Amino acid sequence: MSALVPSLPLAALDQGSAIVALLYVLSFSLFIFGIKLGTHPTTARRGNGIAAIGMAVAVATTLAQKGIGNWGIIIAGIVVGTLVGAIASKRVKMTEMPQMVALYNGLGGGAIALIAWAEYRHWIHQGETIGKLQSLSDTVGGPHLSASVSLEVMIPTLLAMVIGSISFWGSNIAFGKLQELIPSQPIGLPGQKVINGLLLAALVVGGVVLGINNELADLSQPLFIGMLVVAALLGTMVVLPIGGADMPVVIALLNAFPGLSAAAAGIALDNTALIVGGTLVGSSGTILTLEMAKAMNRSVANILFAGFGSPAAGGGGDAEQRPYRSMNAQDAAIQLAYADSVVVVPGYGLAVAQAQHAVREMADELKKKGVNVSYAIHPVAGRMPGHMNVLLAEADVPYEQLKEMDEINPELPQTDVCVVIGANDVTNPAAKTDESSPIYGMPIIEVDEAQQVLVLKRSMSAGFAGIDNDLFYNEKTAMVFGDAKQTVTDIVAELGNL
Amino acid sequence: MDLVTEITILVLAAFVGFEVISKVPTTLHTPLMSQTNAIHGIVLLGGLIVVGYANSTLDEVIGFIAIVFGTINIVGGFMVTDRMLEMFGTKKKKPAADAAPGAEDKS
Repeated sequence: MSALVPSLPLAALDQGSAIVALLYVLSFSLFIFGIKLGTHPTTARRGNGIAAIGMAVAVATTLAQKGIGNWGIIIAGIVVGTLVGAIASKRVKMTEMPQMVALYNGLGGGAIALIAWAEYRHWIHQGETIGKLQSLSDTVGGPHLSASVSLEVMIPTLLAMVIGSISFWGSNIAFGKLQELIPSQPIGLPGQKVINGLLLAALVVGGVVLGINNELADLSQPLFIGMLVVAALLGTMVVLPIGGADMPVVIALLNAFPGLSAAAAGIALDNTALIVGGTLVGSSGTILTLEMAKAMNRSVANILFAGFGSPAAGGGGDAEQRPYRSMNAQDAAIQLAYADSVVVVPGYGLAVAQAQHAVREMADELKKKGVNVSYAIHPVAGRMPGHMNVLLAEADVPYEQLKEMDEINPELPQTDVCVVIGANDVTNPAAKTDESSPIYGMPIIEVDEAQQVLVLKRSMSAGFAGIDNDLFYNEKTAMVFGDAKQTVTDIVAELGNL
Repeated sequence: MDLVTEITILVLAAFVGFEVISKVPTTLHTPLMSQTNAIHGIVLLGGLIVVGYANSTLDEVIGFIAIVFGTINIVGGFMVTDRMLEMFGTKKKKPAADAAPGAEDKS
């Protein structure tokens, strides 16, 4: 420990003193207030700032406590983390937000697993010190010394370690899939469920053994590390078989995990800011997971433990040729210009083509011609909850024009033209009508109810779910083939000429 | 602090969390997630505490990595959330906001 800094006059708060406790209350109150302001787009930014102040209070309070040392490491770690975080947040593209959130979920989980390990090593060190004292005590015929880690501390520490390690490795796999470093198709081993079951059983047994042997002298670091590794394997094995279409659910779930393990670590370290902060994050991730699963009409267990899209994963070469209508950009522009109301249904394909700005220009052109334009956003329209809204906001689309699925569906029968851009499965009427379809029951944007439908798409190929979309063969539908951005740009040009 | 008090805090925080967060509209779910990324960076506190009683180089390395990870979460999470929420804010200078993005994506 450096002898220079601990003599700072301010660095004198007693751990567990009332002032520390109150400052932690202040900090988690600011978190809650910040999230509360996050319930409206106009106040959310201020709310984020307030939550950040809460974090600054929590960190400053911790640094001001007695027993905080190793300042060189603390300062170096904070400087490195600040640089990496600041640069990453400036550079990341809005289309890459899902990867970034996945990565941050992983970092949080990894940090907690490491902290739990450091805590365990600290106990082992204490055990060794007591062992030395014992041998001294034995030479003079003194009493038998013993000390143990209470289960109130041991159990949350083990939970924090296991959940942290699962979320670190699971999130890394999710990141790899989203970044396309590893294939986004489901990757499964035969007997995967049995393996996962065995890994989980091993964690439970290991946890019980470590929990029973809570005398400081009996602590086993090899077993602890073994559990870290088994949890890492479990996290990897659970996420690998999950396909690209289910990623929004997985990211939301992995968002909850570090929160839960932070809360467990808070119990082990007697730190209320960690408990409340972690629980808030856990609640948020849980709510989002349930909402995403609902939007896909599947249970969370089904997503985690069953593959999706396995029937036609190869890419529908067996589909018979059905008649469809296609149209060029000029005709599409005319159809749009003479409409009274247009609803744009964006999908991830729009984001991939970077067509957001072109779409907003199209909407501006149409508005000049007196056409009413709004956007219908399906809950799973991007790669994570709310992703499409962010992408459109980046293109300066006013948030008032972004309509949620439940809000827009009743308006669609009165809509003159629906423009589907890069979306597929979320518009497939089979979800309502075809009980044999894998997506049957999934809530969709009922595009087939609109008077006319334009589908902007590269080709007739199937979507993520690997199934054909009846919408494309509907007599109201016209396909406009080509790159989404190019097509929309062409339509904008044509609209200017009209 | 005894375990019962801590569990009480946890349960109450869970109810507050569900109550407040279920009112966040779908539009703001991505910023919510990056903001909660920042908030779970609170684990930094754990890193700061454990590095204080490091006894070996390995302990110091573990603590250093935990501090780096936690700080990235906090700084990166809050900053990227701010960047996103800025785009949702009311656009006061309408002409400027229209011109800038239009110019860059025409290429």
